[in-house]
Amino acid sequence: MDYDSGFRLVNSLVSSSNGLAHQVGVLFDRRRAPAAMAEFLQFTFSGLTVGAVYALVAVGFTLIYNASDVVNFAQGEFVMLGGMVTVFLGYAGVPMPLAAAIAVLITTAVGLALYRLGIAPAHDASTVTMIIITIGASIFLRGVAEIIFDKRFHSLPALFGSDPIRVGGASILPQSVVVLASALLIVCLLCAFIDRTLYGKAVIATSANRMAATLVGINTRTIVGACFAISAAIGAVAGVLVTPITLTSYNVGTLLALKGFAAVMLGGIGNAMGAVVGGVLLGLFEAFAAGYLSASYKDAVAFVVILAVLFAMPQGLVGKTTVERV
Amino acid sequence: MLKKITIAAGLIGLATSVTGGSATAQVKVGAVLSASGPASFLGDPERKTLDMYVEDINSKGGINGQKLQLVVYDDGGDANAARTFATRLVEEDKIAAMVGGTTTGTTLAMIPVFEDAQIPFISLAGAVQIIEPVHKWVFKTPHTDRMACEKVFDDLKRRKLTTVALISGTDAFGKSMRDQCLAVAPKAGITIAHEETYGPADSDMTPQLIKIKATPGIQAVVCAGFGQGPAIVTRNYRQLGIEYPLYQSHGVASKQFISLAGAAANGVRLPAAALLLANKLPDSDRQKSVVVGYQNTFENKTGQPVSTFGGHAYDGLMILVDAAKRAGSFDSGKLRDEIERTKGYVGTGGVVTMSPSDHLGLDLSAFRLLEIKDGDWIMIPDSAS
Repeated sequence: MDYDSGFRLVNSLVSSSNGLAHQVGVLFDRRRAPAAMAEFLQFTFSGLTVGAVYALVAVGFTLIYNASDVVNFAQGEFVMLGGMVTVFLGYAGVPMPLAAAIAVLITTAVGLALYRLGIAPAHDASTVTMIIITIGASIFLRGVAEIIFDKRFHSLPALFGSDPIRVGGASILPQSVVVLASALLIVCLLCAFIDRTLYGKAVIATSANRMAATLVGINTRTIVGACFAISAAIGAVAGVLVTPITLTSYNVGTLLALKGFAAVMLGGIGNAMGAVVGGVLLGLFEAFAAGYLSASYKDAVAFVVILAVLFAMPQGLVGKTTVERV
Repeated sequence: MLKKITIAAGLIGLATSVTGGSATAQVKVGAVLSASGPASFLGDPERKTLDMYVEDINSKGGINGQKLQLVVYDDGGDANAARTFATRLVEEDKIAAMVGGTTTGTTLAMIPVFEDAQIPFISLAGAVQIIEPVHKWVFKTPHTDRMACEKVFDDLKRRKLTTVALISGTDAFGKSMRDQCLAVAPKAGITIAHEETYGPADSDMTPQLIKIKATPGIQAVVCAGFGQGPAIVTRNYRQLGIEYPLYQSHGVASKQFISLAGAAANGVRLPAAALLLANKLPDSDRQKSVVVGYQNTFENKTGQPVSTFGGHAYDGLMILVDAAKRAGSFDSGKLRDEIERTKGYVGTGGVVTMSPSDHLGLDLSAFRLLEIKDGDWIMIPDSAS
């Protein structure tokens, strides 16, 4: 994975959004300009808030995809489990940090179980079959959560309180910053893991050619299993962190996974930095569409942009065209 | 001689066990509820309530010497399934009356079945379309969203806030309430100067709210929604430091809303049924003994906090039982006429007085206007009038 292309893109985006801000400011008459600026800033903050959530969910997709070419549609359920288990342990009197840690552990175990019981026995099946297995697992997990937990919405306290940070007439909640920072941190850790460790190399080898990887002595089953476990852990961390913003319930995973998947497609599947960029962009598109057009078109605009990107650059914004190594 | 009597008694016992399993005759009451699926938080307390009170009625000897047998089907929130079950209730179970229909969708799907079969049908769903136009055999117990709009507008006018912005969810509840609010606003003397929407699963509504904030002349904001959306609207509202009063709908009238919105909920006003206040109602309130009684029974039996939805089922069943007592039988025609003649029934939802043109029978006094203060409700006394 290369950070460079990701960072270059972020830089260019920042500079182009500054330009856009200027233009939008000019669009309004001079008296209204400060208000318009504050509005623009608020839309940006809103986009970053939503985008950070999408990004954090999206990052979870990349590792499993890299190791096994499977798009894991149960990723949203990992996010749900992270949030819900923390909430219910909290109700049972467990202190929040411990509850979050246990939630991550439980979700990791669920991820591992999904691999052992669902994916591993079907190792000869096609990728599409595997994807369908993950959809089944997602429905199953949702059903179990509905019975074990309940059907209501729940929330968690934000890490740094809920007093908004005010900047230039707009405001953002500290938790949004936490989520965005965590997404970036997780991406850096993930990149370091893939690039700097032997296990990371093994993941790359497994994804490139499983047969060859087995021949050089890599236990590919362990590697793919580990990827499911780590992805589940990332999902659970995302669940704990985004719950103060999005709230959580047994069926919150479906939509998060859908938006996260859209973010992954936008950024370029299999690229962790791409997932973050895609998530943030998707959030920004939605916020600006809601702000400058109408909230009713918000989702449509986001998906139109994704379609356009996929037509123009099928590999995603940050992804590289696949080169078949012979 | 003795032998003959025992044989006769045995035969009678056999005969009744074939028809119903108990010594007295049984009357079947049907219910099609969304006890599972997306509307289960409505259907689940409804089912528990019906089970609980039918058992209670039977243990007290039933109605007119007849015991009730509740036949419940779970439609999972699916209107097609609801219609199938309704047909089964009519053709196979041969029910005397029906209490149920958790959602507006399932209710509307079942109306033709009961209209054709000429069996009284008391729905537990919200929308005003169920009783407007009036169907001869169809009644309902919950308040309508139009009443919620009127109640909110009443309070706005009392506070001399007549220019408002409306933000609504794009789900069925939000859309329906938005339409009703727009329809009754001119008559109430309220101008809706700006309108916004949000998707039911959105996690940030600040773009919509900042546009409301930027619209000149707005004096208050009304949010028509249901589920977690209104909680996020409330949080974002405080995040942006918007100063106008915020009104929510009866769709969020539960303690859950307060816990989700947290401190941001302070000062939010909303219309709600008396059941939410229960013990806090003044002793002079006609509904107090009913709602406190229902609350205690439900919470003791299930261990769950009471909800207005279960209350709707309670009202439906009791209206039916009262009508059956007055009619002296479960003859469907007489039963229907007596349900329509319900007068001054004090239930959890309000005081019900039906008429041939009003198959709901509630007026605005059924709603109380509440303000959220420090994690609890307080009643706005003016609105009690």
